[in-house]
Amino acid sequence: MSRIVVGPFNRVEGDLEVILDIADGRVREARVRSSLYRGFEQILQGKPPMDALVFVPRICGICSVSQSAAAARALAGAMGIKPPDNGRIAANLIHAVENVADHVTHFYLFFMPDFARDCYESQPWWHAASARFRAVTGAAAGDFLPARADWMRAMGLLAGKWPHTLTLQPGGSAHPLNASGRLRLLRVLRDFRRFLERATFGDALEAVAALASVDELAAWAERHAESDFGLFLRASRALNLRALGHAGVAYMSYGAYEQEGGRWWPAGVWAGGPALLDPARIAEDVSHAWYADAAEPLPPLRGSTLPVADKQAAYSWCKAPRLGGEVVETGALARQVIAGQPLARDMVARDGGGVEARVVARLLEVARLVPAMEAWAERLRPGEPFSTEGELPAEAESVGLVEAARGALGHWLTIRRGRIHNYQIIAPTTWNFSPRDSAGRPGALERALAGIPVGQDGKAPVAVQHVVRSFDPCMVCTVH
Amino acid sequence: MKLLWLQSGGCGGCTLSWLGSEWGPLFATLADAGIEIVWHPSFSEASADESLDILESCADGRRDFDVLCIEGSLLRGPAGSGRFHVLAGTGRPMIEWVKLLASRARQVVAVGSCAAFGGITAGGVNPTDACGLQYDGTNPGGLLGAAFHTRGGLPVVNISGCPTHPDWVTETLLSLARDELGAADLDELSRPRFYTDALVHHGCARNEFYEFKASAEKNGDQGCLMEHLGCKGTQAHADCNLRPWNGGGSCTDGGYACIRCTEPGFEEPGHPFSITPKVAGIPIGLPLDMPKAWFVALAALSKSATPARVRQNAKTDHIVHWPRPARKP
Repeated sequence: MSRIVVGPFNRVEGDLEVILDIADGRVREARVRSSLYRGFEQILQGKPPMDALVFVPRICGICSVSQSAAAARALAGAMGIKPPDNGRIAANLIHAVENVADHVTHFYLFFMPDFARDCYESQPWWHAASARFRAVTGAAAGDFLPARADWMRAMGLLAGKWPHTLTLQPGGSAHPLNASGRLRLLRVLRDFRRFLERATFGDALEAVAALASVDELAAWAERHAESDFGLFLRASRALNLRALGHAGVAYMSYGAYEQEGGRWWPAGVWAGGPALLDPARIAEDVSHAWYADAAEPLPPLRGSTLPVADKQAAYSWCKAPRLGGEVVETGALARQVIAGQPLARDMVARDGGGVEARVVARLLEVARLVPAMEAWAERLRPGEPFSTEGELPAEAESVGLVEAARGALGHWLTIRRGRIHNYQIIAPTTWNFSPRDSAGRPGALERALAGIPVGQDGKAPVAVQHVVRSFDPCMVCTVH
Repeated sequence: MKLLWLQSGGCGGCTLSWLGSEWGPLFATLADAGIEIVWHPSFSEASADESLDILESCADGRRDFDVLCIEGSLLRGPAGSGRFHVLAGTGRPMIEWVKLLASRARQVVAVGSCAAFGGITAGGVNPTDACGLQYDGTNPGGLLGAAFHTRGGLPVVNISGCPTHPDWVTETLLSLARDELGAADLDELSRPRFYTDALVHHGCARNEFYEFKASAEKNGDQGCLMEHLGCKGTQAHADCNLRPWNGGGSCTDGGYACIRCTEPGFEEPGHPFSITPKVAGIPIGLPLDMPKAWFVALAALSKSATPARVRQNAKTDHIVHWPRPARKP
């Protein structure tokens, strides 16, 4: 048996190392190492609770608003308040701007450049992929970056700036949009829809959002082969990426985008069929992480974070969260499967949900979200309140569960004597890239990498790059 | 100009902010200036052993590069070992890589307040012993030491900000590529003066409220954020309200206080961020170079002169009194 160490892994937002044990020409076991620890959970202890709104977005420059949203929700829970309609809608919009930006940034800058690699030169689609998606110099970056910058004007309008806004507050939004701001927002949304419909899909967003089966997607791919999504599907089919990178675990979502009667995409678990999510069954195992051991996996409200850099059995700064003791996968695919989107369900039913399904689900979300955002913006009522005020009690326990672009994000907050007593965070990639637990169960990526054949040269195959990035990992959130 | 970029104890937000660059496609802007990206953790194709080859050859002198950009603070812990960030695939602490590469670079640039001063990662009990490249909070020193100068003759150029504005980064790099950034273009904290010659207060859309000390009291109020809600725009060096963010925003436009994120030590203000500390009703943190007695006197005078329009608008979330056209004489 031999060992390959893969790192530094780039285009993953943060630092990542993957350790592959090879036997018989295949990955026998994978270990995923998160190599950076900053200690936000320690930094937050003793702070005034509202200061969390300054610190937590700075956990992550790409999921910044998601972190703010989770903190705002936990604080609102402690206060016992709910934002007024405008505040709820503005918060959804701000969060959706980030999530859409993250999805397309992942697609254009992080994921697709791997298809422009010279190792694919013999493929019939390579010339197109290389011209369009070559890192830094490809035509898509020149097309996409200005479109993305224009899209982020929605953040300038709604939240002052991005990343690291303080507009999101427990009571709603600190920035009431006036009538003119609302019109500009609608123009920004419309403008980005044009980019998506021209370059990304070559089709109406509604047509993409309505794709209901693997067969419909295949037929669509034939008709839209020239679009960026079409090019991905060509490459993906040629490389059989639907069969690559299955984790084989249940999906979990906390549910996203608060509406009057609940969340648009509901919370839940999917293990071949729907199940209810019980957040009380979440606990974090630290047996293979560089932290002081606990007698048993602790639920995050009782969790602790005490780094022990020389712990022998450990190999990552990432804890191992488990739901009822089980590994789950989280992300856009999980969200759409649980929300009942028929194509997502069909992909998972037929192929088990691998690299291709994760990427498709992400772009499907973009096609669903932008029209929804247009409708939400229409419902904003300038002149009516965007925020309500609340008071924090001196003692409280509260939880903020949201969905970042890359999956389920939770903040568990304990306030004692008016200060943060404990603040525990479980980020999407903490779930997906967790190390083993005390029962030896590997995390989702560790499972997804097992069995991949390595090349003749003994180096890690490019397939490893595809599998890792298909999760859209955010390593700075993972450990925080 | 060849650019090598590494990230350590930060959030990556300065890179993500940079991607929001307006004024033309970012990569084309860099190419036009002759700036070539040797490696960047978010943009480059090279990954794993390919990127390791690049870093090793830059470190041992086999490969030329000019500018080293560091994003994120430098983690010296635990116990000076640097093991809170071991660069993946190398088994070697990032602080060792940074020291080595900095000694080879023609210029070293700290991108963001973390790399410049330690920043948010140095907050609270600073569990990782985080510091900046050449500062540890307000104290000169940091990872590289106060005496450090690059081969190009400059100290570390500190593009502070949490995050940095895209143009602060782009224009610093363009200036370096054109050999137009000298010691006189940096302020006392080695920040490029093109953005720190201004205060956040300059151009703030709430200025009329400031003039009359007509103050916001709660989220969404339109009034000045200084008296009650913690705003430090009059003490923070940056052109945030002259150079819009994301098409036209800023923190104060977004409804929240300037937290002085371009300054060393901003992460520990000594009071809740969104509450102005006061003594006898007077804010402790007065405008940067204003004598206190004058400030108090002028504040009292302007408060008593506040037009009803300004006073009432300050405490509401939308305009209730607008400036009426002057009546004909």
